[in-house]
Amino acid sequence: MEKRDIERKPFMTVPTQPGTMNDQSNKIKITAENINCYFGKVHALKNISFTIPENKVVAIIGPSGCGKSTFLRSINRMHELVPDSRIMGKLALDGEDIYAMDAVVVRKRIGMVFQKPNPFPTMSIFDNVAAGLRMNGMRDKKKLTEIVEKSLQQAALWSEVKDSLSKSGVSLSGGQQQRLCIARTLAVSPEVILMDEPASALDPISTAKIEELIYELKREYTIAIVTHNMQQAARVSDYTAFFYMGELIEYDVTKKIFTVPAKKQTEDYITGRFG
Amino acid sequence: MKTIFFRYRKIKNVGMYALCVASVLVALVPLMLIFYHTISHGLEALSVNFFTQLPKPVGEPGGGLGNAIVGTLILVGLGSLIGLPIGIFSGVYLSEFGNNKFGMIVRFMTDVLNGVPSIVTGVVAYTIVVLPAKHFSAYAGGFALGILMIPIVTRTTEEMLKTVPNSYREAALALGIPQWKTTLRIIIPSAIGGIVTGVMLAVARAAGETAPLLFTALNNRFWHTTLDQPIASLTVFIYNYGVSPFEDWIAQAWAGALVLILLILFLSVAVRFATRQRF
Amino acid sequence: MNALNHGESQSPKSASWNVGDMIFKYLTSFFAALVLLLIALMAYEMYSSSSLSIQKFGWGFLIGTEWDPVMDQYGALPFVYGTLVSSFIALVLALPVGLGVAIFLTELAPKWIERPLSFTIELLAGIPSIVYGLWGFFVMVPWIRTTVEPFLSKYLGSIPLFAGAPYGVGMLAAGIILSIMILPIISSISRDVLKAVPIAQKEAALALGSTRWESTRIALSYSRSGIMGATILGLGRAFGETMAVTMVIGNRPVISASLFEPGYTMASVLANEFTEATSEMYISALIEIALVLFVVALLVNAAARLLVWSFTRNSDVGGRL
Repeated sequence: MEKRDIERKPFMTVPTQPGTMNDQSNKIKITAENINCYFGKVHALKNISFTIPENKVVAIIGPSGCGKSTFLRSINRMHELVPDSRIMGKLALDGEDIYAMDAVVVRKRIGMVFQKPNPFPTMSIFDNVAAGLRMNGMRDKKKLTEIVEKSLQQAALWSEVKDSLSKSGVSLSGGQQQRLCIARTLAVSPEVILMDEPASALDPISTAKIEELIYELKREYTIAIVTHNMQQAARVSDYTAFFYMGELIEYDVTKKIFTVPAKKQTEDYITGRFG
Repeated sequence: MKTIFFRYRKIKNVGMYALCVASVLVALVPLMLIFYHTISHGLEALSVNFFTQLPKPVGEPGGGLGNAIVGTLILVGLGSLIGLPIGIFSGVYLSEFGNNKFGMIVRFMTDVLNGVPSIVTGVVAYTIVVLPAKHFSAYAGGFALGILMIPIVTRTTEEMLKTVPNSYREAALALGIPQWKTTLRIIIPSAIGGIVTGVMLAVARAAGETAPLLFTALNNRFWHTTLDQPIASLTVFIYNYGVSPFEDWIAQAWAGALVLILLILFLSVAVRFATRQRF
Repeated sequence: MNALNHGESQSPKSASWNVGDMIFKYLTSFFAALVLLLIALMAYEMYSSSSLSIQKFGWGFLIGTEWDPVMDQYGALPFVYGTLVSSFIALVLALPVGLGVAIFLTELAPKWIERPLSFTIELLAGIPSIVYGLWGFFVMVPWIRTTVEPFLSKYLGSIPLFAGAPYGVGMLAAGIILSIMILPIISSISRDVLKAVPIAQKEAALALGSTRWESTRIALSYSRSGIMGATILGLGRAFGETMAVTMVIGNRPVISASLFEPGYTMASVLANEFTEATSEMYISALIEIALVLFVVALLVNAAARLLVWSFTRNSDVGGRL
């Protein structure tokens, strides 16, 4: 993979009109319609509606507690792990209702990378990447090896670990562990990858590597990334959504959000007046 | 300003703490004495024969308690058949699903079960197993021991599973692995050391019990042939020999006590060692 | 198929229709329920097996003093008395020592002593009851007979508690051996409870100019209910203790004011007479005693757990003791 100088990469532009709900030119991968989410009495998400186009990177930014992680987790139904959570509205993947499908199937099609790298402690590097496949019944050693190698290459980790695949997953550095988790997610061939602040626990060099990775990955996958780092959002994403207090304030092409935002709140956040 | 009252308080301070040190010593004395006497009396009668031979009739010197040692192992094994599955599965339930009213009740009742006197479990095993069968058996003894093992295994399993960070559960679920596979193949293996610890503790407890076996497994002076009959156990033998008037038997009782204590000591230290590794 | 309409809420866990998950959940909850069923079964079995004697003696069973298998007359008071008195003695002896140990471990002991020392004291808890009994009978009882009881007799012999000839075996011996056995429970729970006292409390006391002991007293009063819970748990353990007591208490169903006299506890009579019980009524009476033990242990444990549990809840300390 070529080294790119990320600092000087131009903002991604979309050849046609900015992606709002009415944009028909890009195939839409995920649709959110009037999503409202409650944890007990707390109204965490209020009427969120927007679309995520296929093979694009959408960044979700906003101050702490604004609901961006909550929204991300509602896409692959991880919020259901919280007791007393309720969601209303429609979330669709390629037009299919996510909440009507089996949650396990949803999570195979929509993968997630977490903030803190969490490779399975009792497994080797190889076993970690193969975990999703093995658990779903794949036994063919040859096929597993193929997929593990491909996933590790896609995650830009192969060259570093190819001679030590049987070492424990937790013996790697933080940045490597996160790429291992990405490889693990890629191995099950999802269509969408959700990333919840994937680089916030990493050092700058590892962060840069992850950002390069995202740029490469979007060729094959649709990516939604939550980040509190605005520069990161500006660097890697095609579209940006700005959340505030559970509401979607503005959603537009990234370049536009960061240069000429339409809403004052957005501008205040971008320029650091609060956050 | 050093008034007399102040000095009194100072003296009292030292005095009370001296009492605390004294209580530690008081607590340690019986412990050391028990070990000392068990070891010294027990070593006299301990030999290879002790582990391999059957008890000899009254008056004949020698013989051993080999059948009792085997019997204890068998009884604990039978008890584990009941205690381990119920304990581990309940522990899994409480840890993964148990944050509700039902879970609270189960937890509470498990603690209550822990406090039931062991002789009572013997009585229960008597009414449930011995009475219908009309004879004593190893099964009855195993049943009584199993009841005693359940709370220990349940509690340890639950606590060990709870120490596994939630991030592993989330990572597995996010890969599209169903919850039951996540628990069985990722979470439990992560906590397996601690769970084994709980099992060892339960085994140590069961091996040392006498009362529940007195009228369930009874006793037997021969090697076991079938589990459907009374079976020998180390603890019951120690008791029977210990209250007998024969010196030879009493010496063997001490030897049995020594073996028992060494077994339990070994298990306790192993448990401590295993859990220390984790932290 | 749209499972969600606008305005319709959805309960989280039920969204997964994975069969494996449902089986897993029901399987594990079945085993959890087995624990409850087991306790209910135990209570039921003992109750029904003792129905003969319950019907014949009613509540009088607990206060009757005649235990006469020959005439099939059964009154359990001697055993209830024996259990209560021996456990009470055990408590009186073990509580101060246990607290002293707990205070030492939490306040006085340097780090390098604390861990091995608490492990060592815990060893007391692991010694099987029969080994206590063996040692109690062959080592402790002679010592009591030749040293303790004559001493008590000489200086306190006028008190009815210490009247009579020194047998060695008897209520006093039972109380002492029990106290050693319940010591680790009291000390370890008290230690946990004392550790949970917020440092702020002790600092406040010290800042007011109190001595260290006085600040410890404040910590003790703060953890009153937790320590009471530990005590009750120790009591519960003492009630049910069988083998050690059987070997040193003398096993005679007498009610006597003197601690030197032999006695009999509920657990001991079960251990001794169960296999020799000949008549149905005899067995029924014995099982009724087991039932009483069971109920008492249940209540004691429930009370203790509630106490300890409410203490940790109120002091914002997580987890359970």
